[in-house]
Amino acid sequence: MLVVVFTLVPIFFTLMTSLKFFRDIISGSLAFTPTLVNYQRLFDPNQSNFLRLTLNSLVVAAGTTVIVLVIASLAAYSLSRFRWRPLWSGLLLGAILFIHMLPPVTFLGPFYLIARALNIYDTVLAVIMGHIILNLPTATWILLDFFADIPKELEEAAMVDGANRFQALTQVLLPIIQPGIAAAGALAFIFSWRDFLFALSLTSTPRGMTIPVGISSFVQEYSIRYGEMAAGAFFAMIPALLMVAFAQRYIIKGLTLGALKG
Amino acid sequence: MNTPLNSSSVSKPPGLISRLGNFIDRTFQYWTIAPLVITLLLLMAYPSLQLLRMSVSEVDIVKGQAVWEFVGLKHLETARQDPVVPVALRNTLVFVIAVVIIETLLALTISILVSRSRHLVGLYRTVLLIPLLVPPIAIGTMWRLMYDYNYGFINQTLAVFGIAGPTWTADPKLAMPSIILVDLWHWTSFMFLIILAGLESLPQEVNEAARVDGASESQILRYITLPLLRPTLLTAVMLRTIFAFKVFDEIFLLTGGGPGTATEVISLYIYNVFSRQFRLGYASFLALGLAFIISIFVIFYRRVGQRAQE
Repeated sequence: MLVVVFTLVPIFFTLMTSLKFFRDIISGSLAFTPTLVNYQRLFDPNQSNFLRLTLNSLVVAAGTTVIVLVIASLAAYSLSRFRWRPLWSGLLLGAILFIHMLPPVTFLGPFYLIARALNIYDTVLAVIMGHIILNLPTATWILLDFFADIPKELEEAAMVDGANRFQALTQVLLPIIQPGIAAAGALAFIFSWRDFLFALSLTSTPRGMTIPVGISSFVQEYSIRYGEMAAGAFFAMIPALLMVAFAQRYIIKGLTLGALKG
Repeated sequence: MNTPLNSSSVSKPPGLISRLGNFIDRTFQYWTIAPLVITLLLLMAYPSLQLLRMSVSEVDIVKGQAVWEFVGLKHLETARQDPVVPVALRNTLVFVIAVVIIETLLALTISILVSRSRHLVGLYRTVLLIPLLVPPIAIGTMWRLMYDYNYGFINQTLAVFGIAGPTWTADPKLAMPSIILVDLWHWTSFMFLIILAGLESLPQEVNEAARVDGASESQILRYITLPLLRPTLLTAVMLRTIFAFKVFDEIFLLTGGGPGTATEVISLYIYNVFSRQFRLGYASFLALGLAFIISIFVIFYRRVGQRAQE
């Protein structure tokens, strides 16, 4: 029980702080009148750029999710449905494993130069570029696992009925692995939403910044505005809390699978 | 009804479109892998080559354009004389060893205790999933509020008992332990989920048989469960070690590597060299060094993984 309490106390304390007036934060009283003033200030465009950052975060996470899902599901299909020479498939899966293991900080320099060269530095595109590489491995592993469970006959049956391979893939296989796509998509969204390092180093203004970067600069500039700090932190956690509530089983499967593959 | 594509192309001389369709069908294997290959070439192979090139160069951005100058092994010499490098390496090592050991023991204890009750398994799985999904920056902010000297939860709670709390992350002696505590909050869950999955895949019959033969619970744990769990534990420990090298966000927010260099870890230092000092070449050289260290671990991990499967 202690573990559950230890896990929940910081979240609860943050939520409480975010609902307090400054005077209640300082007095540390447990009895207080809740207020949404911190959230209002956070989202007031005249006082902060948090609204813009939220929009950026959503665009980045959604864009990353779609691109990663397309690349990963096609690749997982190809790797699991056709016979590949062990050399080639091994090379691809090895590369994916390596990406997953390397600290993102190793990619910073080259990615910065690429973003500069393509003239996309400080835009959401640069951040999406970083997040694709961040999320490809897990998504590919999850979808490989789901494709492996589908009997080959199913696809063959569709093709006997006159479908070409593309139709068999989109109309027969993809609907079957929907849970896998949901799991891979949910994880890609969350991991893009929570990333800090890529967003921090590939952007410099609210033009391309995401929420975590905004929170961190806020915390460092105004280390005393506890209420808004807490509100920002709690707001950033909402997608994760929703996922835990609604897509828990998929996510656990995805996480442990990604961990044990390779 | 769809007309079967194959039979129509047999009966009539094939038109351009159906020939193209057949060609795509026969080579579909390559069309579907192409996006992954292209992505890996552009976003992994090319950046890796760039990293190699940068690590032997000085790179500057002049008017938005990269200007390169080859300097050979100059950065190796710089790294040798850089006083921060050994400190950062030592801090990283202390951090990695501490969190891996503590988290493994904690997660092992929790999962063994919890796995006895179905009810608890569900609760723990749900609650412990949260730290893995919330943004690390939010975790850092949360703990900044918790650790706050005047109004933080910890010191306010201590004050109730008449104890004056320390400054936590601002205290050179307590900064690293404070960081480690945050990491325990964040990552013990990861070990817990893996070990729990391992525990649940163990055959129950063996335990039953041992129990019938009169073995006590602690004997079952010591002589059956733990040995069977060894492959899972090895994998979990190796993975956690590799991931622990990635630590960045929370330290960046909580201490920024300070006070002094008390919590300066290697990825934070690389970021500072890259972003604050803007020495792209030197940062790349250090990043290459870190990648090299990690690669050794990954190769070792593959070996362990293969042996565990045999």
